[in-house]
Amino acid sequence: MSALRLDNISKHFGAIHALTDVSLSIEPGEVVGLMGDNGAGKSTLVKVIAGNFAPTSGEIHIGGTRANFHRPIDAQRAGIEVVYQDLAICNNLSAASNVFLGRELTRQFGPFRVLDYAGMRVRAGELFKRLKSETRPRDLVKRMSGGQRQAVAIARTLLSDARIVLMDEPTAAISVRQVAEVLNLIRQLSDHGIAVVLISHRMPDVFQVADRIAVLRRGRLVASKRAADSSPEEVTGLITGAIELA
Amino acid sequence: MSPENKTMSSNTLSEVIDRSEYRSLLSRITSHQTFWVFVAALLACIALSLLTDTFATDRNLFNVSRNFAFVGIIALGMTAVIASGGIDLSVGSTVVLSAMVVAVLMSSGMPIWIGVPAALLAAMLVGLANGILIAYAGMPPFVVTLGGLSVVRSLGMVLSDNKMIYEFGPDTAMLLALGGGATLGLPNPLIVLGVLAGITGFLFKWTRWGQHLFAMGGNEQAAKLTGIPVMRLKVSVYMFSALMAGITGVLEVGWLGGVTTNLGQAMELSVIAAAVIGGANLAGGVGTAFGAIVGALLIEVIRNSLILLGISTFWQGAFVGSFIVIAVAFDRFRSARSSD
Repeated sequence: MSALRLDNISKHFGAIHALTDVSLSIEPGEVVGLMGDNGAGKSTLVKVIAGNFAPTSGEIHIGGTRANFHRPIDAQRAGIEVVYQDLAICNNLSAASNVFLGRELTRQFGPFRVLDYAGMRVRAGELFKRLKSETRPRDLVKRMSGGQRQAVAIARTLLSDARIVLMDEPTAAISVRQVAEVLNLIRQLSDHGIAVVLISHRMPDVFQVADRIAVLRRGRLVASKRAADSSPEEVTGLITGAIELA
Repeated sequence: MSPENKTMSSNTLSEVIDRSEYRSLLSRITSHQTFWVFVAALLACIALSLLTDTFATDRNLFNVSRNFAFVGIIALGMTAVIASGGIDLSVGSTVVLSAMVVAVLMSSGMPIWIGVPAALLAAMLVGLANGILIAYAGMPPFVVTLGGLSVVRSLGMVLSDNKMIYEFGPDTAMLLALGGGATLGLPNPLIVLGVLAGITGFLFKWTRWGQHLFAMGGNEQAAKLTGIPVMRLKVSVYMFSALMAGITGVLEVGWLGGVTTNLGQAMELSVIAAAVIGGANLAGGVGTAFGAIVGALLIEVIRNSLILLGISTFWQGAFVGSFIVIAVAFDRFRSARSSD
């Protein structure tokens, strides 16, 4: 059963057709590279899946059941997590605090509920270990590399037992070595049976990690094929319109 | 090579990193601005005791500690606001409003157990109004609380008809004892400061409220994305700050034995200075309860020393003002260094 299935999703903003009849299904553990030029509809599609926008028409199925998202929290409850680049990290807090931000562990201390720092550190440490990341829970995020920061952001998704993780340009602003680190993290997620939608402009990154490539052009899905059967040249052609369909 | 260096080099890299990150308690303490401010305040106290024969007298120390307590209590609230990424300029006016409410009610014959809660309630309403305008109307904290500074002091004047109040009805003695008395040899305001500092420190470090407050100050967007109720949190932070100012107002009435509408004038500056000197970062995300107290202590000791050393009190503003600038400059140099 597919982790996520989109049936004829369209999204119109007045006269502007941001998405037209997009159908796509993603299996558990599958990594899909979502590509397209600026304005092709990538962000809109992600926002529809993440519950930011309701589609104008079409259906979203999560694990075989029809989903009806009104707010992002609905999507989160259904197991969809979004990894925002650097946006959702607080530099002044520790890695563990960031992982648990908004859903801190607490324990009873006399009449008070206090934060369970030790518990959060241990649990965050386990998550980093699962991601095979060197990130240490007690470190301040301020002092971390771009790759480690991504690990913190991604560990958040493991915490909530996400089934689908949407990643928006996770390798855009980091060094080459850190890109490798992030691609490893994506493989770890996939090994845990989590479906990953990776939005990226960076062709080599996508081909290194994605099982399948989906290309959007002017709001239409013009390709959805196994990465092994495609090539960067073909995808470039599909993005620009030099190749109509594949 | 010193023996210390030899042992360092024989360890693995990660151990060395660990050691530099989670150093011994001593080196961790000395790396904090708060520690050095504390040392400065302590040195100033020692110097004053040696240079003057008036500083270390019971009477002077009693006065210093009480003054320091007033600034310190409000600085606790201010630290919360600053750490959350905001600023509250209306605290000085909230002090006078709270003082006026308790004074007017009690002078009209009300008992203290109505006067004091009413004063605190009035103060918290100021915080509520600030918070709603900042969080829900999305207005800059600077503008909202600057307006509040003027509006709230004006309310205090209206309430009292701009007259001095020094009669507090049947419970006068209790009110005067509350702010002006001492328990176990310690001035009451100082005890209140100690209790409130403990509570604030606990809230900052051990509750979700504190954690969310610092997260919001560090990256408001992130706090929003992770589902923290940012708006409600902001309102609560400004109410907390106003409550601290309200408590100070009640205590000051008791200490002074009378209220005039210029009470707490320009106090916001000392309080912001105390918070910033104590390590609160005006950019948000950083601050401690202990720091607020230490900052308030340093300011009060310096103020007192100017008086005792016979330097014109006109210089006070120059000192307090330069302290804010120096503390922020200090912080900028440090962050510039660490970002290299």
